[in-house]
Amino acid sequence: MTIDRRTFLAALSAAGAGALASGNALAQGKPSGEPIKVGGTLALTGPFAATGLVHKVTGEIYVENLNKRGGLLGRPVEWVLKDDQSKPDVARTLYEQLITSDKVDLLIGPYATGNILSAMGVAQRYGKTIVHHTFGIPKLAKYDQQFPAWHFGPNPERTTPATVFDMMAASANPPKTIAVVTSKFPSVHFVSLGARQVAKQRGLQEVLFLEWDFGNRDFGPIAGRIKEADPDFIWTGALGLEGNQLLDAMKKIDYQPRNHFYHFPAPGPMVKAPEANGALSVTIFESHPPFTDDPVAAEFVKEFRARATKANMPDTSVDTQAAASFSAWQIIEAAVTATKGLDDKAMAEWLRGNKVKTIQGVLRFNEAGNFGDDLNRVKQVQDGKWLTVWPKEWAAPGATLKTS
Amino acid sequence: MADRMAQRMGRPGRNTQNLLTRQPMTLPSFTLLAQSIVAGIFTGALYGLLGLGLSLSWGMLRQINLAHFALAFLGAYLTYQLASYGGVDPLLTLLMIVPVFFVLGVAMHWMLARFRATPFNSLLITFGLTIIIEAMLQWIWTADYRRLDSSYAEHKLRLGPLFLPLPELITLGLSVGISLVIWLALRRTDLGKAMRAAAEDAPIAAAFGINHQALALMLSGLSAALAGIAGVCIALGHTLAPSQIYSWIGVVFACVMLGGLGRPMGPLIAGCIIGVSEAVTMAVTAPSWAPLVSFSLLIAVLLARPGRA
Repeated sequence: MTIDRRTFLAALSAAGAGALASGNALAQGKPSGEPIKVGGTLALTGPFAATGLVHKVTGEIYVENLNKRGGLLGRPVEWVLKDDQSKPDVARTLYEQLITSDKVDLLIGPYATGNILSAMGVAQRYGKTIVHHTFGIPKLAKYDQQFPAWHFGPNPERTTPATVFDMMAASANPPKTIAVVTSKFPSVHFVSLGARQVAKQRGLQEVLFLEWDFGNRDFGPIAGRIKEADPDFIWTGALGLEGNQLLDAMKKIDYQPRNHFYHFPAPGPMVKAPEANGALSVTIFESHPPFTDDPVAAEFVKEFRARATKANMPDTSVDTQAAASFSAWQIIEAAVTATKGLDDKAMAEWLRGNKVKTIQGVLRFNEAGNFGDDLNRVKQVQDGKWLTVWPKEWAAPGATLKTS
Repeated sequence: MADRMAQRMGRPGRNTQNLLTRQPMTLPSFTLLAQSIVAGIFTGALYGLLGLGLSLSWGMLRQINLAHFALAFLGAYLTYQLASYGGVDPLLTLLMIVPVFFVLGVAMHWMLARFRATPFNSLLITFGLTIIIEAMLQWIWTADYRRLDSSYAEHKLRLGPLFLPLPELITLGLSVGISLVIWLALRRTDLGKAMRAAAEDAPIAAAFGINHQALALMLSGLSAALAGIAGVCIALGHTLAPSQIYSWIGVVFACVMLGGLGRPMGPLIAGCIIGVSEAVTMAVTAPSWAPLVSFSLLIAVLLARPGRA
């Protein structure tokens, strides 16, 4: 599929100009008329609730600013938000309610792959377009009217390891040996298996491969096996707290890994752990330049920090989750503005043929699963902060990759 | 791979292939094996401490108290709060947590006794309580992860090539000490004998002048206090999130069943067996096999000794 320059620029103006204005700076008049209802669920309770709160705060910021800027099509926007309790079955029921009972005009997805899949099935049944936040397994995105806001390409199992290994190969200490240790949680497991293949193609010698069940509590023996293998580089498929648990276990046996990467760690707890210094992960956005050179992003980072502090959230910086969430709203706004209406099929068709400028970068939706480019960058914990270090054009000012 | 690693470490190695996971089954070094056993004992000690109160209330009060896990996490969060924001030493929080939780336990038993809850009904009621406590934890502390930064986490003992972290040593000490004291108290003191008699046959015990209702309140208070103590240990060594309440239930229930209901040393011994078997499994083969080992062990014991629970 090709996208001509004129269409691209139209998309940029639809998304960029609208989103750029925040507060009253470029207010387009007070919206009036029947509100446009955007319906969605979030994990406000249950195991995903910590991240659900990030999406809630982000959505509130976006909708408030959108209404200050004149809403959508001159009408106010109302976000109908329900709690899916982190459960896919509850998400399915609630999306049915949103469509049939609340009669929402537009759908925005929940957070977490399982819940998004549930919502996607309902959206497909009713022919609704759905834009969702952080969907982890692109090959499962079969519905042609679903649009991912988190862009890591259709084949992250190849592209994400390639980005990381490219970076390490260009470092002062290119690794020769690798350990791949991974949770069997689906979103991280297939990428870890891909990392094994990419590492093999790059000539890295695999000295250890381990898998554990998600929910594992005892990381002591796993840390012990890593210590004995003593690889130059550890690829860790660790979801949420698992990264911290493994680091903690390695610290207890006095082992400091030389170069260590974590796929989907809990960014807040990890950055606060002293033993995590040097830890690597991927990101689509961090709260520092050049990401915040975009005034929309800068304003969002500032507002998010204030709201997150007020909500007693321990981590108040914007990173992947908040940026993907913000991008989802930007995608919806761009599609509605460009199609001048709320027709689901028209919006879907427009999105597949155009690009949308978001705070994570320019998104396109014309590859498998409506994914586009892999916008993952690599970040590293340095002196208690996450700093982007790769590619160099996205590195935080003065930050360079530290290896040993 | 294991041969090469073993040669690098100056000892013979041997490889076999695990056909299901296609992960190499490695003969671990002495250090790895010993450290894994130590880690398993530490983990088992916490299982034992968590299971102790549950076992007592289930075996002696006929109440399957699922809220025990929620109370443990409430204790952990209170420890986090008092230590992080009140500047209290985490171990000193026990002075506050133990009496408060004792009262909570008494109140809980009073409620269950008031409604004459059967064991199955007690399971449902305490499950409801667990949900309420989880919601309360999330409301107060949010669903975000919380980690207690204490000086204890920075200390560890070294025993040759083995490392013994202080928080785990404290947990082990508390678990062994408390289990022993309760075991002795139940066997050697009049109060303990009265509790056992009341658990065996309350009407007959009452005929001998034992106030079984007061003893039941006391035992329930003790169980809740034990949950609070386990909570302090959880706070010392683990990152907290409200939903993690549920991640302990399966394995701790297995410890209680294996150890025998109402037997104070049972959960500790069973916990250590499960902890060590899981840890050694993880050291030798795929870590994802560890839960299979512990639950297979439970099924085998229940098949061999069906009257255990």
